[in-house]
Amino acid sequence: MWKSARSGAALLCAALLASACGGGEQTGADPQGKVTLSYGVWDATQQAVMQELAAEFGKSHPNVTVNVQLTPWVDYWTKMKAAVTGGAAPDVFWMNGPNFQLYASNGVIKPIEGQVETSVYPKALVDLYTFEGKLYGLPKDMDTVGVWYNKTLFDAAKVKYPADDWTWADFKETAARLTDAKKGVYAVGAQLTSFQEYQYNTIYQAGGHVISPDGKQSGYADPKTIEGLKFWTDLIAAKQSPDLKTMTDTAPLQLFEAGKLAMYWGGSWNVAEFGKNDYTKDKVDVAPLPKGEKQATIIHGVANVMSAKTEHPAEAQEFVKFLGSRQAADILGKKGPIPAYDGTQQDWVKAHPEWKLQTFLDAVAYAVPYPVSKNTAAWQEAELTHLTKAWTGEVPVEQAAAGLAAGMNDLLAKE
Amino acid sequence: MTRKNAAHASRRRRSRAEMWWGYAFIAPTGLGLAIFYLWPVAQTAYFSFTEWGAFGGHTWVGLENYARLFGDPEVGQAVLNTITYTVLGLVGIPLAIVFAALLNRQGLGGVSLYRTAFFLPVVTMPVAVAMLWRWLYNGDYGLVNQVLAVVGIDGPNWIADPATALYALVVVGIWSSVGYNLIIFLAGMQAIPKELYEAASMDGAGRVRQFFSITLPMLSPTAFFISIVSVIGSLQLFDLVFVMTGSGQAARANPAYSRLQTVVQLFYDRAFVTNDRGYAAAIVIGLLLLIAALTAAQFRLQRRWVHYV
Repeated sequence: MWKSARSGAALLCAALLASACGGGEQTGADPQGKVTLSYGVWDATQQAVMQELAAEFGKSHPNVTVNVQLTPWVDYWTKMKAAVTGGAAPDVFWMNGPNFQLYASNGVIKPIEGQVETSVYPKALVDLYTFEGKLYGLPKDMDTVGVWYNKTLFDAAKVKYPADDWTWADFKETAARLTDAKKGVYAVGAQLTSFQEYQYNTIYQAGGHVISPDGKQSGYADPKTIEGLKFWTDLIAAKQSPDLKTMTDTAPLQLFEAGKLAMYWGGSWNVAEFGKNDYTKDKVDVAPLPKGEKQATIIHGVANVMSAKTEHPAEAQEFVKFLGSRQAADILGKKGPIPAYDGTQQDWVKAHPEWKLQTFLDAVAYAVPYPVSKNTAAWQEAELTHLTKAWTGEVPVEQAAAGLAAGMNDLLAKE
Repeated sequence: MTRKNAAHASRRRRSRAEMWWGYAFIAPTGLGLAIFYLWPVAQTAYFSFTEWGAFGGHTWVGLENYARLFGDPEVGQAVLNTITYTVLGLVGIPLAIVFAALLNRQGLGGVSLYRTAFFLPVVTMPVAVAMLWRWLYNGDYGLVNQVLAVVGIDGPNWIADPATALYALVVVGIWSSVGYNLIIFLAGMQAIPKELYEAASMDGAGRVRQFFSITLPMLSPTAFFISIVSVIGSLQLFDLVFVMTGSGQAARANPAYSRLQTVVQLFYDRAFVTNDRGYAAAIVIGLLLLIAALTAAQFRLQRRWVHYV
């Protein structure tokens, strides 16, 4: 009995495996040389324009059909990891900075072969997707950070709108004058959860760094890095920002959209959000980030990469190159985020003439790449675990940063 | 061979044949159990002795994960949080008994209405329950603090304040489980023979005395069942916290997160956020042993307080 039960179980397992694998095997060439490529993306709002790009590619490559597969952001990386592990990754897919080196160092994505003209993309993004001297992804879009501000609240407090060349000192003075405890209005929300829009910017503005250029040492022990963190904790201490508990209950974005924050450090991607929100639609505008010791903003962008296990490496590379071309960027710029291809961004700026969107493009000149290493996610968790205590005021910033530097160095040593 | 021996042998043969048939009948469920539960448990136990690469592939590391488990303050805190939540959650049992007794009174109108009201949180998705309470608990705009403000109390940020977060969570846990427990207790009460109460009232016992001397002892097997089930459920707490604190970065930035993180949540973080799957396996195996130990302890202790008729 046990023997037959076991063989029955084995049969059932085999059946399950067969059906599980069957789903992933849809790509393939048929006798006429037709090829189907799968293309993994996470943004539902860009799905239509991605399909348009796929169709456009089909015109010049009639033997190739591209199948756009949407996986929502919250599940994208979990699912991608499982797909790669199981050998069923899409042929071409979106990659971001924090995940890139994990994929490249494990050899699950393929470097782009041959010569590629990279001077048409921001250098910071080309560097972001280069690992051990090899380029793995062509930048698709880009984003930088600016200060979104509520003109109505500035007018009410009789404060001048931020100038293009404003400094940390100007920012602090403005913040003090905008705060109005009686009305429950704060100058800005010192958000802890989004380093890309907050801490990383001020760290580089202060002349500090998050990670050493070789990706082996944490920069959190650097006094200048700590200064960049203090920028935010000082604002909380002065009650010009809500405290962390309040921001945990109600996110700064919601507070800004409810007229409770006068300024919001946000990305170029917030254009979509503020454009459709009835409150912010005609009350906000955007200014560059204030200058500390240096001028700096974090630049990031999504790139298209190809799976190392793709069955059609030639077609996949053709598609990646097409997605990185001027032709594709022109289509993207009309409907999506800022295209990364130099000289194609004006359509994006023109879409909202009421805002100074050129700010985000001008920022590219002094932009700093998003700091990453091979297992970025591990130390990003440590950043939060340690800095939460500094944000609540439980421990001094210096002490939290020292703990973080030690913890991050341990994690980097394991990479 | 004597007649007697032959009869004995044939009976044995028949009972063995029956045994095979028995196995055949439980095979569909048994196979499912083996393939989808026992095999993964065995695999997880094996993985707890390994270290994983980001995209599969594992190496044997022996007891390293377990050594790390015992030295990890985060694990200690998560176990403490989970056990505190579980113990405080047991308050829900007497509460459910009291409500069941009130509903069980003779001549009470609208019983089914009350029953539905109490049971509603049970049939509501935990995610919806957690979202709702998250709004209620909001420090500035939540209903809880607005009601408190009427009587002049400035309420805290319930789930972002380390001093209140766990208790706020326990309240939600009890609120969402009291209905289920109540229904079981109500059924238990209705199964108690009426004669017992009649005899007691003839002997002059009042309602309160009857409750303590008849209802409670007769309900003790039900209470035992409920306590086993709710302890196991509480130790596996995940969805409620996951939704109330948000996930990933948002959760870690909650100043009260270290007081809210449960063992299963820590497992989730290690397995799916930081890619530390071998260690995550060690965490759940630890949890399995903890649940087994606490359940065994409860079975031992039941002799002191559970009365079977």
